[in-house]
Formats: sequence, C-alpha cells, structure tokens
Amino acid sequence: MVSQDEQTAIREVTITNAHGLHLRPVMKFVDVASRYVADIRVDKGAGTTPADGKSPMALMVLEAPKGTVLRILATGTDAVQTVEALAALIQTKFDEE
Amino acid sequence: MEIVQGITVAPGVAIAHAVVLDAEEYRIPYRQVDPAERERELQLLHNALEASITELKEQKETVAAQLGHDAADVFNWHIGVLRDPAIRRSIEQLIRERHHSAAYAVSFVMRSHQRRFMQMSDPLLSERIRDVRDIERRLVRHVLGESREDLAHLTKEVILVAHDLSPSQTARLSGTRAVGIVLDVGGSTSHTAILLRSLGRPSVIGVKDVSTRVSGGDLVIVDGTNQLVIINPDEPTLEQYRAQKLDYGRLMVELESLRDLEPVTRDGVRIYLYGNIEFPGEAKASLMYGADGVGLYRTEFLFLRGEGEPGEEEQYRAYVSALTGAQGKPVTIRTFDLGADKYTQEKHYEQERNPMLGLRSIRYSLQHLDMFKTQLRAILRASVHGPVRLMFPLIISLMEFRQAKMTLHDAMEDLQDEGIPFAKDIAVGMMMETPAAAIQCREFAREVGFMSIGTNDMIQYVLAVDRGNERVNRFYTPGHPAVVRLLRDVIRTCNREGVDCSLCGEMAGEPLYTLLLLGLGLRSFSMAPRNVPEIKKLVRLATISQAERVARKAMTFETERQVINFLRDATKKMVPGDPIY
Repeated sequence: MVSQDEQTAIREVTITNAHGLHLRPVMKFVDVASRYVADIRVDKGAGTTPADGKSPMALMVLEAPKGTVLRILATGTDAVQTVEALAALIQTKFDEE
Repeated sequence: MEIVQGITVAPGVAIAHAVVLDAEEYRIPYRQVDPAERERELQLLHNALEASITELKEQKETVAAQLGHDAADVFNWHIGVLRDPAIRRSIEQLIRERHHSAAYAVSFVMRSHQRRFMQMSDPLLSERIRDVRDIERRLVRHVLGESREDLAHLTKEVILVAHDLSPSQTARLSGTRAVGIVLDVGGSTSHTAILLRSLGRPSVIGVKDVSTRVSGGDLVIVDGTNQLVIINPDEPTLEQYRAQKLDYGRLMVELESLRDLEPVTRDGVRIYLYGNIEFPGEAKASLMYGADGVGLYRTEFLFLRGEGEPGEEEQYRAYVSALTGAQGKPVTIRTFDLGADKYTQEKHYEQERNPMLGLRSIRYSLQHLDMFKTQLRAILRASVHGPVRLMFPLIISLMEFRQAKMTLHDAMEDLQDEGIPFAKDIAVGMMMETPAAAIQCREFAREVGFMSIGTNDMIQYVLAVDRGNERVNRFYTPGHPAVVRLLRDVIRTCNREGVDCSLCGEMAGEPLYTLLLLGLGLRSFSMAPRNVPEIKKLVRLATISQAERVARKAMTFETERQVINFLRDATKKMVPGDPIY
C-alpha cells in the first residue's frame, strides 16, 4: 500500500567515469543512499535484475562499466530527493575525475 | 545434489562429510544445530559481525596511516558488506529457517556471492572474489572463536576439499582421517598429484571452483573411478555408491592376495614389476604390494621439506633407509630431477621463461657440481647396504652422460682416498625421456648400463604438450600413434643391444597399456606401488603371443582414439566384469 506521503521516483543516468562502478564509487553511492529512508533499486533497464542501492555487495555484482545506463528507482517519503542526489553523484563522476 | 567433474588422481570411492580447507586451515564443525540452539547461533553471528567490523576499522586506520587513504578503500567495502542488511538477513534466514550453524550459514552465503563474481569478465571485479573469501574467513573466525580445529584433530572420517594443497600439506595427510581429497586446481602429474596417488585415497583434482560449491559439513562422494565429485547426494545416488564402495573393497582384497604370486605370463615369461617411490618408507610399501624392488626413487622429494639443499648425511640416511626397506631387492636411485619448480627458480634473479626446457635436472646438477657430487657420494656410500643402480635423468647427449659419469668417478676417487667403502661395480644408467635420446637410442644402448623410459616427460616433448596445463592436457596421451611407434623402436633397440630396459612413467601402471607394452617387448615395469597388484593380475592372465598380436594391431591405427578404443576392448576381454575397466 502506498500511503499519501509515499512517492516513487525514477531517473536514468549514464556512468561516465573511466572505471565504472568500482570500489570507491560503490561506497560513495552507498554513503549517499544510506542518508535517505527511501527504498532504492538500481538496474540496467526494464527486465534486468535490480540491485539494492544500499548494499555494497549488490552494487558490486551489478557490473556497470563506463557507458552503462543505470536506472535508479526510489520509493518512500523522500524518493525525489534520493534519486536527485544519486543522479548528481553519478553525473559528477563520483568526484573522481 | 550437485555433480562436478574433474581428473582422477587416485581411484576408488569415498563417502564422508566435507572439510573445506583454506590457507588458515580451519574447518566448520557443524552444519546443523538443534532448533533450541538457534538463538545462540544468531547471537554468535551478531557478535562476530561487530567484532569483524571493529577489527577492520583498526586495520583500516593502520593501513591509511602507512599507505594513504586510497589503500584503505578496500576496507570500507569489507565493512560495507558486513553492514549490508540484505546479507545479514540471508545468513539469519538460514539459521532461523534451516537450523544451520552460524559458521555454516556465513560460509554458504559468502560462497554463493563468490560464485557470482567468478562469472564476471571484468578482471577488476573478479578480484573481489578474494575480498569475499577474506570477509568470509574473518567472519567465520570470529564465529568459531576458540573452537577452531585443524586436520590433525579430526575425530571422524572426512573428505578434504581445498583450492590447492602444497606437497608438504599433502605429505601430512597420511596421519589424518581425510579419506578422500578434492582440489580446484591441478594437472594430473604435478608433485601434489604424485603424492596423492601414493597416498591412495580417492582423489579428484582440477574440479575448477568446487571449493566454493562445498561448505564444511556437506556430504560428499568422491568417485575416483569416474572422475566425479557429488555434493549432497540424494538417497538413490548415495545407495548406489555405498554398494559400489563394497565392490571396490572386495576387489582390493582380491588384489592383495596376489602379492606373493610371481608376475609370470601364462606362457611362462617372467615380467618384473617395480615400485616408484618418493620417500624411503615407500620401499617397504612397494614390497607389501608385491613389487620386485624399487624401479625409481625420485630423490628430489628430499627438497620438499622446504629447508633447502639436503646435506650428504641426510641423503645418505634416506638412501640407506630405502635400501633397508627394500630388504635386499634392487633399488634404482635417480639423481635430482629438479627444475621448473620453486627450488631452482628461486635461486636465480630472473625466472626462466620456459623452465620445462631450461636449466633443470641433470643440466642443473652438472652446473652445480658441489651439490651433484654430494648426492653421488651419498648414493655411493649407501651402495654397500644393498643392490643399488644409479640413474641420470633428462639425458639428451652422449657428452652429457659421459660428463655425469666422470663426476661419478671423481666422487668414487674421493671416497677411495678417504677410505670409505662403496660398490665399485654400481650399475649406471639413464632415463630415456627425450626425443634426442630416443632417436640416438642405439648409441646410448651401447654406452649405458640400463635405461628407464620416462614416458611422463617423453610424451610431453613428443606431443609438445604441458601435462600440467588443464587447457591442453587432454592432448597428452600414451595412446598417440607417434608415442607407440617411438616406444616400439626404443624397446626393440634395447632388446637387440642386450640392454636392460624398463618403463617408469605413469603409463606403466595403467592397465590399459599393459598388453601393448608387453607386446612391444617390455619386460620391466615400474609404477606407483599400489598399481602393482592390478598389473600383476593382467600379466598373469596374458600370453606374450597374445600381447604381440595386440601390439601389432595397435600399431596399424592412425589416431589415438582408435588405439585407445582397441586397447580398451582387448583388455576388457581379458578381465570381464571388473569395476576398474
């Protein structure tokens, strides 16, 4: 049941940093994601297996090299802020380059 | 139930619970717990998670201080994984719903994650396997706390599963209750494989990622005869194997009764069966299996205890021990066949690009005359304790053989001057294991006291295949027509020149090739001692004329597959119903 305050938000972002979603980006992603209460799923498009956006293991197994288009889905009271923050992180190449 | 395939190193069936060995040599004691224990296991898990995270934070600080923050990144990931709620939930679920112990549940979940990484193409990602293994080890270590056990203290029979075993770990197995062995890696003629074969317990290696599929406590069947490993077998499969185990046991008893019978063919030709040994103690074991003596004593195993070059006294004691164990039967000692392995590679600044074709074996000895003479002295001194033959490995030229003999004569002169006795008429021979030597067989036959055909190396050189490389070792086969032809020529030349010729490669102990070798004129075989009864059985059932017919026919085929199929049929006809074939 989705309550009045529950939102759902989706953003698509392309991974542009050289080594893709490796160790440090994964941990930065999890750091940011953990600040929000929303449930976060990350996948590579409709029909692909989603990964829990707050799980370092799941994100590592996702295998997202440079060029991958990730879909971020958040469900919760702060869903919109969540996907915005995560999208921004990816767009700034995780502050790496 | 999972069934995985590997390469058999020792036949037979073993059924027991698994112990998965890793670098820390611990094992998981229980797979299941009483339902009443579940809360305790959950608590153990939570405590272990906290302790692991604390430990990692400390290590991270240390690493960051010494190497900078980048190096410490990986620790963040480890901590992140330990905090991952989904992982914690899946472990807890196994404890709550399936009554698994905390240690087993951790291991199970971590290994399934390891497997997912193994399927990835990105090498950076697949390195994470090591991380996950590390996390697993750390967590299980904290769960088990003081109750870690090692192999020596096993109270029940177990199947040992590991990524790999070093030769010294393998050597220690004989004192344990590991009744079967399964390894991820390994070509079938590496040192570890040779030792596993001597150990005699059903062993299957080269099973790729089996150590991630098995968790401590799983029931495992090692089917050494069919090269299979079965994890958590279902009832029907378990029943079937229990029955098979009984059959095999009966066969082994039958073969033992052959021990005191002579290996004579039905038409009265005496064949000589010897044992290949790596340790002095095995000389006695060879006799126990009914061998006529030791056909090959691989002395390089003296280096495997890892303390560098063995001194003269240590070697002398080992050789005397072998002679004593052989109780007056002949012992052929081969000088160090080192090389393409740790000992010689570590001695140089630059590793050789191609150690197999490099400074190894007799070449190494001739370049390190101190070491060589020490060994020769030890062998000569031991020669007064029993009938010894001396053999040089990897000979490619007459010059080389003569050089080695000259060094031997130097050593003899020294001993004479020192007044130390030795057998002056000691027979000196060579390993026939290089194509060059095979092509010049006639010249060598006139030079040496005896020859032993080393098919393990010879086949590698002739077929240009690395027997230890899992990707190509299916091309390595004694049944290749080129190999058969070569053997025919070598054996025939030796027989014509009146030179004693034996065969000491693994092929000698493989029943599939016994008829062929007899038919080609071979009268002397040296093999892993436990194979002697089987070969003896075949020898006693055969006639030389039959063997010669088989050999003649085998030589007409063009491909190895034809040769092997033909030999298999011919052998089966002689021993119908035997589970080995």
